Amino acid sequence: MATIKVQRPKLSAGEKIYFGAIFKGMVITLRHAFRSLVGKSVGAKELNSTGVGITMQYPEQKWDEELPEYYRGTPALVTNEEDREKCVSCQLCEFICPPKAIKITPGEIPTDDEWAKVEKRPKAFDIDMIRCIYCGMCEEVCPEEAIFLRPDYVVTGTTRKEMVHDKDRLYEIGGKRVGLVNKWNDLK
Amino acid sequence: MDTTLLIAAAIKIGVFIGITLSFVSICVIFERRFSAIIQDRVGPNRTMVPLSILGFKKDFALPIGGLTQPVADGLKFILKEDFTPAYVRKFFFWLAPALVVVPALLTMAVVPFGSPMQIGESWIPMAVADLNVGPLFVFAIASLSVYGITLAGWASNSKYPFFGGVRSCAQMISYEIALGLSIIPVLMMFGDLNLGHIVEYQAANGWLLLPMWGEGWTLERWLMLLPLGIAFVVFTTSIFAETNRMPFDLPECETELVGGYHTEYSSMKFALFFMGEYAAMVVGSAIIVTLFFGGWSIGFGLDGMLPIGAWWVSLLHIGCFLTKVTVFILFFILVRWTVPRFRYDQLMTLGWVVFFELALINVFLAALILAFPAIGWGGFIGGFIALVIVSFLLIKIAKGASTTTREYGAV
Ligand code: SF4
Ligand code: SF4
Repeated sequence: MATIKVQRPKLSAGEKIYFGAIFKGMVITLRHAFRSLVGKSVGAKELNSTGVGITMQYPEQKWDEELPEYYRGTPALVTNEEDREKCVSCQLCEFICPPKAIKITPGEIPTDDEWAKVEKRPKAFDIDMIRCIYCGMCEEVCPEEAIFLRPDYVVTGTTRKEMVHDKDRLYEIGGKRVGLVNKWNDLK
Repeated sequence: MDTTLLIAAAIKIGVFIGITLSFVSICVIFERRFSAIIQDRVGPNRTMVPLSILGFKKDFALPIGGLTQPVADGLKFILKEDFTPAYVRKFFFWLAPALVVVPALLTMAVVPFGSPMQIGESWIPMAVADLNVGPLFVFAIASLSVYGITLAGWASNSKYPFFGGVRSCAQMISYEIALGLSIIPVLMMFGDLNLGHIVEYQAANGWLLLPMWGEGWTLERWLMLLPLGIAFVVFTTSIFAETNRMPFDLPECETELVGGYHTEYSSMKFALFFMGEYAAMVVGSAIIVTLFFGGWSIGFGLDGMLPIGAWWVSLLHIGCFLTKVTVFILFFILVRWTVPRFRYDQLMTLGWVVFFELALINVFLAALILAFPAIGWGGFIGGFIALVIVSFLLIKIAKGASTTTREYGAV
């Protein structure tokens, strides 16, 4: 192995005394401190902060408008244009979910229903938001494009039960999705 | 001894320990907020008074920007599990944290907080112990805290704490020499070891580094600024090293030693180390302020106009002293968040090769200036030439020593 001799840079007398460098450093740190105090930190405006540093004061200030459409927040179920539940309770998402956060009870659609040909829909659909890791596997695997990760991220509760999203809550978050796969429509 | 003095002493002990301890918590919040704004962050700014756990409906948000954070921190430390690993040497493991805190608090005893107060016939000095050997007492007691850290490292019976303990032992002993030598010019200047008298002199004749009133306008005092300035730099830097503060915090350097000497400690025992470090910082600032920046004096000859002895003057002076100490604490914090950590051999070179020699030469330089009236021009110039030659030789030797360390690695 070849040996490489690295020559340390020669320092001038001023650099050796070291105080100049410390002083310069202090000027820099103090400038940052001062800018933080008067609310003029570099980047404070772009990051839309209150001005104390570049930090956003979270619960009062939010960044929701800036969130991209594809933001992966809470998983939620969606309905199609005709208010049909898109989920056919195939349970693929339940199987794929790495932390096993999803629990589905499949149910049959009665024969007199408009959508009887779809045959199945979930009777109960629970996602335990304490377990969910927001990986997006469920969205990836769903053959019906019925489950999506929505840009909601504020999931709080004081009990474990509150943290489980049931079917109604999931549809409430998910809402209606239009213009996607319309496998069960006549449109197809 | 009459009862007034006894009662006053008891009150003073209570109040001054209280002040020191509350300064420790103030230090913590300052450290967190100041470092935050330096790094363009916010820091802990919304700690509330948690009334809801006491059964009230809502938490009470005081508009004080998280000043209750130290209380929350303290409570957290007390309520955490105090875990003692099975393999430690129990007795010393328990002893060590106390050995760190106690010396730091003890040294505060000789620091004069304010001008003496007159109650009835007796004058009560605003220091717990108005010793005639103030600075010596401080050094004697402060160097005891090295035992705490070293014992903690050794008793933990684990590698990283051991390294931390050894490092701190070597570091503190090395810097104690520079620390002691550097203030000799200061003490020669005053000719007195009583901190109370030192401050009174500065109140009347100009602070040591700001001789602008009283008898401060002499050529001698202004010439003395050179050795005193050097003394100040060496002393302050050594205090940084003694308190294990940032540029010299090798005993607990996280990147190499996990937590250093307190790796195995938890809960209140860890909190004691934490408190000891900050208390040492408070005491360090107090000593620097007392020796170099006029202690409790307001300065600019204003102290002479006040009726010394009245209770409100004493309180005013205590306030002035605490303000100065706070400024110095902020300086400590600023340095911590500005200067990166030294390498261990650099630390040792700085202590033994630079500061030791510098402090030594400085003593003679100060002596030369102080002796000028007695020895006249001839003696002064002769002494000066001798000093230059000796310093030159010293620097030569020191350089040789430091290159040896660089070539053969740190010892
Ligand atoms: S996002 Fe991932 S963890 Fe959450 S429910 Fe879907 S598959 Fe499970
Ligand atoms: S959400 Fe999709 S993958 Fe999950 S059960 Fe319903 S149809 Fe199947």
